[in-house]
Amino acid sequence: MARRQEDPIGVEIVLEDVGKSYDGKPALCGVSLTVPAQRCVALIGPSGCGKSTLLRLVVGLLSPDRGRVMIGATPMDREHRRALRLRMGYVIQEGGLFPHLTAAENVAVVARDVGWNASRVAARMEELAALAGLEPAMLARYPVQLSGGQRQRVGLMRALMLDPDVLLMDEPLAALDPMIRARLQQDLRAIFSRLMKTVLFVTHDMAEAAFFGDTIVLVREGRVVQRGTPADLIERPADPFVSEFILAQRGLATAGPGA
Amino acid sequence: MRGRIRVNGVVFVAVLATCASLAPAPARADLVAGSKSFPESWILAEALASLAREAGTPVDHRQNLGGTEIVFGALAAGKIDFYPDYTGTIREVILHDPSASTLPAMRAALAGRGIGISDPLGFNDGYAIAVTRATSERLGLRTIGDLAEHPDLKIAFTHEFLGRPDGYPGLAARYGLHMREVRGIQHELAYPAIADGSVDAIDIYTTDAQIAALDLVLLEDDLGFFPRYDAVILYRLDLPERAPDAWRAMTRLVGRIDEARMTRANAEVVLEGKPFAAAAESLLAESLGRSGGREVSGRGFGSLAANTTRHLELVAISLLAAILLGVPLGVLAAWRRGMAGPTLAAAGVLQTIPSLALLAFLIPLLGIGVVPALVALFLYSLLPIVRNTYVGLRGIPGPLAEAAEALGLSPSALWFRIRLPMASPAIMAGIKTSAVINVGTATLAALIGAGGLGDPILAGIQLRQHALILQGAVPAALLALLVQWAFDLLDRIVIPRGLRLPAERT
Repeated sequence: MARRQEDPIGVEIVLEDVGKSYDGKPALCGVSLTVPAQRCVALIGPSGCGKSTLLRLVVGLLSPDRGRVMIGATPMDREHRRALRLRMGYVIQEGGLFPHLTAAENVAVVARDVGWNASRVAARMEELAALAGLEPAMLARYPVQLSGGQRQRVGLMRALMLDPDVLLMDEPLAALDPMIRARLQQDLRAIFSRLMKTVLFVTHDMAEAAFFGDTIVLVREGRVVQRGTPADLIERPADPFVSEFILAQRGLATAGPGA
Repeated sequence: MRGRIRVNGVVFVAVLATCASLAPAPARADLVAGSKSFPESWILAEALASLAREAGTPVDHRQNLGGTEIVFGALAAGKIDFYPDYTGTIREVILHDPSASTLPAMRAALAGRGIGISDPLGFNDGYAIAVTRATSERLGLRTIGDLAEHPDLKIAFTHEFLGRPDGYPGLAARYGLHMREVRGIQHELAYPAIADGSVDAIDIYTTDAQIAALDLVLLEDDLGFFPRYDAVILYRLDLPERAPDAWRAMTRLVGRIDEARMTRANAEVVLEGKPFAAAAESLLAESLGRSGGREVSGRGFGSLAANTTRHLELVAISLLAAILLGVPLGVLAAWRRGMAGPTLAAAGVLQTIPSLALLAFLIPLLGIGVVPALVALFLYSLLPIVRNTYVGLRGIPGPLAEAAEALGLSPSALWFRIRLPMASPAIMAGIKTSAVINVGTATLAALIGAGGLGDPILAGIQLRQHALILQGAVPAALLALLVQWAFDLLDRIVIPRGLRLPAERT
């Protein structure tokens, strides 16, 4: 897939000292983080550690109390929000498909909104179905008529429709059963490496994080505990929590997918 | 996607066009007569209107305008030009001043409001308390005071009589009555109730036709409590100037109708089932010696088709307006969190106003007829639509609402492509609820002269003619079913197919 000419090296995501509280209760306490262009950073941590909050800040669903979020050279704020979102694909559990639209309508909804004509939409959809491994006949179905794995493939197609620079994945595979999950993990990694997107991948599963991430960022109670390669985290843990977290995950991972 | 928007647009325009074609043409009349919701008032007003028409002045008679508050309100607001009333009612209900006991005093009091009172038409239609002959003989009841010795008698009085100072409160004080069981009842239903022994004593008007028919005994008012209720014409003071011929013709009735003539005319309508216009003609023939009453056709309550058409107009137009305002209000409530409380509370309060009270409020503002009825129905339709729109939008699952935002859709696509379609099942349910309730509530529009299926229902209750009641009630019930069915059909067009599919194995 051809890169945009005006932006040959992709777009990086930068968080500068970002803080966010809900009702006075801090969810993120001054996080600074860079996702380099065309790389995949896996964000991992226990439930409630702030990783989903971080992703919502990046896509502009929340505004930071302090600090700022940059997508390339553009700050994520009210003024640039919509333009930036069109350059980002956002995938959530189960694909986040709208039940009143067919799979094809789900995939096409943004492209139609920004004025693509029908033939351009159809051509792009055919291309994406092949990429995401979805049988084209499934596109005429409504979400309730698809399996969990099929829904997630459609969700991925929707996120990729406008060929965005950035992909934000919020535990996209968490609700799938193990066999399907393992297949999708393989397919997703192949897609990431082929498309050269800037990817921020949130998961609570260490094995999955190691599978996708060039870099892993471990978050605990609103702070980054350690950032490094999977080997860094295992061999040079920054504090006892890192070892503890990895150890607990390994116990699970031996029986889990992608391990 | 654009296809569906276009289909909705077509449906919308079609509904609008239907409503426009149904909209009533304004009546062409120089004068508008009003009457209250009982036969004697219809007969008198129709007799007056007939005289005016004979003198060359077109008159529109809005019969059945409810109680004193509504019809007098219409006169004070200039929405009608005249209607028949009674001196006792003017003093107690309109002026609230028992000291205004003479006609000149009442005229002086009303002149400031631009309203005049004619000389009495001749008869007194006062209150009296009636019991059956059997009860009277068994208990030796002769005067109202005799009731005091039988506090266990079952009493049913009209709501107006229970509320007015010259009604039961004053009567009980004057005669020292402490009746244990006093219930409110609709006047027309009091006669069947006393006839079958459900109640022992009722209040009646002295020109009621049923008194003789049921052989009731009127208890003597030996303390002279009840004031006189001389029938008069209440009219806009500029009427004699605006329509001198009509006024001259109408005032020919002054002093010409005695109690016997009025009672006979009432009997023609209530007991013999004649149209009230026919009774008005025979009253004129007897009172003025006018020969051979003119041809009178119909019941005077409109045909089934006309009533149903008007009913549908009322429902369709008020519902359409409620949708056009209610859905945006629901959107506003869901969108701006601070707006939800005030918006839903306001719609809720509107819903709790009793319909008669709401109609009474609207008359000084909007007069009588179709417009205030539409406004009232519109206000009653709002709550289910606003609330269901709000609930439907708030009910969109959080992750989906976020996913929709994160896509970067334009605001119009976000609302029309995602949010409103997802909320459409709830919105449609709200509209359906409003429509069905509206079909029922619209029968009350007849109280303020807006017509519809309420006309035969109200008249049927007053005339105790079940056939007439059914002539309104059956079509109204069928209409409610039809509306329900039509909306079930509309659901299939408006609600996206994906929301109507059963969940399959995943």
